[in-house]
Amino acid sequence: MSARVIALAVGFVALVTLPYWMPGIYYINVSSQILFSAIFALGLNILAGYGGLVSLGHAGLFGIAAYATGYMLQHGFGHPIAILTALVGGMASMAVYAVLSLRATGIGFIMITLALGEIIWGLAYRWISITGGDNGINLHGRPQPFGIEINTANSFYYTTLVVFLVAFAAVAVFVRSPLGAALMGTRDQARRMNALGYHVWAIRFWACMFSGLLTAIAGILFVYYTQFISPQALDLTASAEVVLMVIAGGAGTLLGPIVGAALVIVVKSVVSGFIERWNMLLGAIFVAIVILMPEGLVPGTARLWRLAWRKAGAQASREAERKAGTGS
Amino acid sequence: MSALTVNALCKAFGGLHVTTDVNLNVEPGERRLIIGPNGAGKTTLFNLITGELMPDSGSIQLFGHDITRVPSRRRPHMSMARTYQIITLFPNDTIIHNVSLALLGLSPMRWNPLIDMKRQGHIVEQAHEALKRVGLSHLAERPLGETSYGERRRVEIAMALAQNPKVLLLDEPFAGLSIDERRDVHQLLLAIPRDVTMVMIEHNMDVALEFAERITLLHFGEVIVEGTRAEVVADPRTREVYLGH
Amino acid sequence: MTFWLLLTVNSITFGGLLFLLAAGFSLIFGLMRIPNLTHGSLFMLGAYFGATFVGGYLSLTFNFWLAVLMATVLVAAFGAVIERFLLRQLPGQPMAQVLVTLGISFIVADFCLMVWGGDPVRVDTPESLTGFLRYGPMVFPHYRLAVIAIAAAAALGLWLLLDRTRLGAMIRAGVDDPDMARVVGIRVSQLFTIVFALGAGLAAFAGIIGAPILSVYPGLDQDMLPLALVVVILGGSGSLLGSFVGSIVIGFIYNFGQALLPELSYFVLFLPMLVVLLVRPQGLFGRFVP
Repeated sequence: MSARVIALAVGFVALVTLPYWMPGIYYINVSSQILFSAIFALGLNILAGYGGLVSLGHAGLFGIAAYATGYMLQHGFGHPIAILTALVGGMASMAVYAVLSLRATGIGFIMITLALGEIIWGLAYRWISITGGDNGINLHGRPQPFGIEINTANSFYYTTLVVFLVAFAAVAVFVRSPLGAALMGTRDQARRMNALGYHVWAIRFWACMFSGLLTAIAGILFVYYTQFISPQALDLTASAEVVLMVIAGGAGTLLGPIVGAALVIVVKSVVSGFIERWNMLLGAIFVAIVILMPEGLVPGTARLWRLAWRKAGAQASREAERKAGTGS
Repeated sequence: MSALTVNALCKAFGGLHVTTDVNLNVEPGERRLIIGPNGAGKTTLFNLITGELMPDSGSIQLFGHDITRVPSRRRPHMSMARTYQIITLFPNDTIIHNVSLALLGLSPMRWNPLIDMKRQGHIVEQAHEALKRVGLSHLAERPLGETSYGERRRVEIAMALAQNPKVLLLDEPFAGLSIDERRDVHQLLLAIPRDVTMVMIEHNMDVALEFAERITLLHFGEVIVEGTRAEVVADPRTREVYLGH
Repeated sequence: MTFWLLLTVNSITFGGLLFLLAAGFSLIFGLMRIPNLTHGSLFMLGAYFGATFVGGYLSLTFNFWLAVLMATVLVAAFGAVIERFLLRQLPGQPMAQVLVTLGISFIVADFCLMVWGGDPVRVDTPESLTGFLRYGPMVFPHYRLAVIAIAAAAALGLWLLLDRTRLGAMIRAGVDDPDMARVVGIRVSQLFTIVFALGAGLAAFAGIIGAPILSVYPGLDQDMLPLALVVVILGGSGSLLGSFVGSIVIGFIYNFGQALLPELSYFVLFLPMLVVLLVRPQGLFGRFVP
């Protein structure tokens, strides 16, 4: 059994038994936050990591799903309709977002998506008749999947965990698939992919839609968790934070976005308790990673670990040789 | 019916005419060599033929079909393949993955987000076949970044051949190769069967001339001389173009 | 009628401020090919520094214009440090450089929050310009007219710099063709530091000049950065004329939009930018496509 499989198994067991070893409800809630933020980061990673398209407006799409849920509930619709509207609305918005932003790549793409995210924020902030402006929308209660109440920290955590595991599996399958390989090909050599017969724009579009689905799911979980949505959840800082999660953790890897999400949420929710300047800390960590460990924490640490193993192995074999030499 | 016909092809960038009234007629199975000094517009001509550049006027026919306005991504599906002068492969992937991507490009499977690519037996088999043709089977699992320049040139050719083209365009396949490597690639190209029509751009005269049956000489985007190898080599205009007046 | 005239003057004033902000952004984007995501925070930092110098620091208060100069120089120096020690670690990697500017914006924003707190800081209009110009029923504050004059003077100064000096020629060469510029012997990396510092200084200058009108508050950076982006995309990358025209246009759209269509004002603001990106991606006067 490879080390990887063991690590994943341990991680899975840890996640499933989490409420039993986490010291208190606060930390169980933080864990829920990490999980749906991880879904958001996994969604962005499809585009930014596997597609090479860094979007600085993704919080806008996240927010649309959250606002749609809140809006529908506010107007008396039931949870299933609210969630469905949020998913459909989120994906429809993503389709528009994609058509507008996929006219560019690289820096141009970042700039267009930044602008699109700002437009969505502006609408959330100013279109008071729909969004309530700065006051936001309050929710009352959570859905009851299969009749089970999920209002406690534990029950919500397990719901989020199930959704997370499904999302993670979906991304893992996608990454191994032909479409996933095609997407990564367009990231590395778009011109060559075109010459090989691939429809580069269409591949990117479908990647956007998959990303949009994951982002919408994350937005829905978020709004049910906080029971509240306001424009702050989709401003430029929020978009920057999810980019931070993906890049810091390791773009284009499966575990990177999860580690990145954990890093950011832990700093925001836990470290902020005893370091007041946690925003500065986050910024500094990010700058350090981009300059010193650009591949991200997960691949970077793995690389350093392998180096350390190799050194230790070389040292051990030298020792063994020496002992064998003196013996004979 | 000719394999590839180019009629009065013109392309200009602002005031710069890169391709002027180029006519080309390549018969099926032919080995055509396109030569000309640097800046003659040879690669531009290839870019026009593969559709990466749209011509200002003129037409391109592939086995009788007018493909002038067909998007470049569809041309491989019409059995046209191309290698590049500057190697643009996928450096983070293994050689076998590089070739698999070439195979996948023509398959409807490329839209599938559910199956595991590494488990698709026929794609993997065909990729190994393609590598065997260029003598790189032993390096299948090697990451491309860890291969030599000569090996990468052969991967380029493997990828083009993997798409079973009827018309193969080779842009300076011998560029930057050592004498031994050149010989290997030359043998490789000689072994390609006659059902593939080959058009090659090359600077390296000794190997290229051996390969060519007919030659087209370009200069400043225009066709100066065209004919059989003997004709073009003997033509005084050829010497003029290469050595000046 | 008065209302529209006042709105027009305010639009031109705001446009002038936007020009000061966007000119620096445009220069950096034109030469280094990166949208400087720290630009909003540098605007805010300049405003805070200026406010402190004006309001009193170490029991010394400074004349408004001296404070403007000091804040500008301080932030310009900071810009030079950012470029020299952080951005230069990533040569030829624009994406990574953009991410670094994003990270720095977090740091600067939090620094400002730490030093100046969460309450808005008001900056008094300099005494020499506290008057009003009266024309019939209309009242124009002197300061707002002064901002227009300052922006025009800065535009002229920048144009002279770019068009008539050797440094300007080198910058223009770098914007048009950075590789060629290197070949010709222009020390492009030194130029990067100078231009980044210049851009940072301009942003700070805009910040403190604008402070009597906008005040300084946490979140000012997030309000201003998208505006710089819109102006530069609309006007065109690397073009001073583009920034000028773009700022005036956006100044008008921003003010009239807020007055006429408050709910959709942000959308209306970005609309011309989106149209430009779709129809003419290099912008009105741009020199390249981002």
